[in-house]
Amino acid sequence: MAYEVNGESIEHDEEGYLSDINQWTPELAGLLAKDEGIEMTDEHWEVINFLREYYEEYQIAPAIRVLVKALKKKFGPEKGSNKYLYELFPYGPAKQACKVGGLPKPTGCI
Amino acid sequence: MLLHTVNKSPFERNSLESCLRVAEDGAGVLLIEDGVYAAMDNTQVSDLIKKRMGNVKFYVLGPDVDARGLGNQSMIDGVESVDYAGFVDLVEKHSATQAWV
Amino acid sequence: MEEEWDEGGPEVVKRFMYVNRKAPYGTVYALEMLEKVLIAAAFEQDVHVVFMDDGVYQLKKEQETKAINMKNFSPTFRALEGYDVEKLYVEKESLEARGLTVDDLVVPVEVLSSEELKGLMDKQEVILTA
Repeated sequence: MAYEVNGESIEHDEEGYLSDINQWTPELAGLLAKDEGIEMTDEHWEVINFLREYYEEYQIAPAIRVLVKALKKKFGPEKGSNKYLYELFPYGPAKQACKVGGLPKPTGCI
Repeated sequence: MLLHTVNKSPFERNSLESCLRVAEDGAGVLLIEDGVYAAMDNTQVSDLIKKRMGNVKFYVLGPDVDARGLGNQSMIDGVESVDYAGFVDLVEKHSATQAWV
Repeated sequence: MEEEWDEGGPEVVKRFMYVNRKAPYGTVYALEMLEKVLIAAAFEQDVHVVFMDDGVYQLKKEQETKAINMKNFSPTFRALEGYDVEKLYVEKESLEARGLTVDDLVVPVEVLSSEELKGLMDKQEVILTA
């Protein structure tokens, strides 16, 4: 299974997560977001970029609870909340944001 | 002369010990994967190699050493590091390879 | 990941201990154990992680796995604090047998003697070893 972007074929698993996170591009993110019914805004990008930095640093996608805590620390309580994340990514922030960001599904994801 | 390869940790298995028991003088022993832990100095098992140093030639696979964070640890004097191409050269240079898996 | 509970926290909290005894890349045990730890942490359990025997090598600094084409998962141990997994223990005897000190490790740990570890193990409700 693969996404086609500009004639390039990018492999993904049966749930849509990229096989190789290095193949991710912002352009692909836009495409994936559209698939999820999400219109990307600066706020969405903020979370996506944060997730990618987190992954770079720790080599895992964070569980939602950990993501919320880390966002709170960096951006303050308004953005570090479940509610805020669910507004941006209604079908589960960890799931949707990780997919759009090209990261694997978070470990412990139910 | 044989080339022996050992890929198990000397702390967990006796592969290296058995290998060295039957390795002839002049043989080569290449430590790969978890076998590379045996090449580190100042450990409880360093003597395994030190006792045969001089009559057996010891090698480690560099990429396996680096993967385990041992690149800057002190290695037993006389152990030679090789890369994948060096691995192939060693196989070629010896009469046969015995893999102690 | 869906939220199983909101602000109240988990209903049941047990003392879980994960005992790591394997070196990181020769087998898949170490990586799988780390995943088990993360899952327990996601359920906000009281997680204790022990490194003994070759398991202490999992925490060795400066791992560089590009050349062996495997994922270096040692940075993930540094993420455990964010998961509120802060009870990391290393057996003193295992560390010393390998000529290592706490300065060689990627995360702060509590060093326990076998004798001390024995007492800690006895207090656990669930123990997984690999």
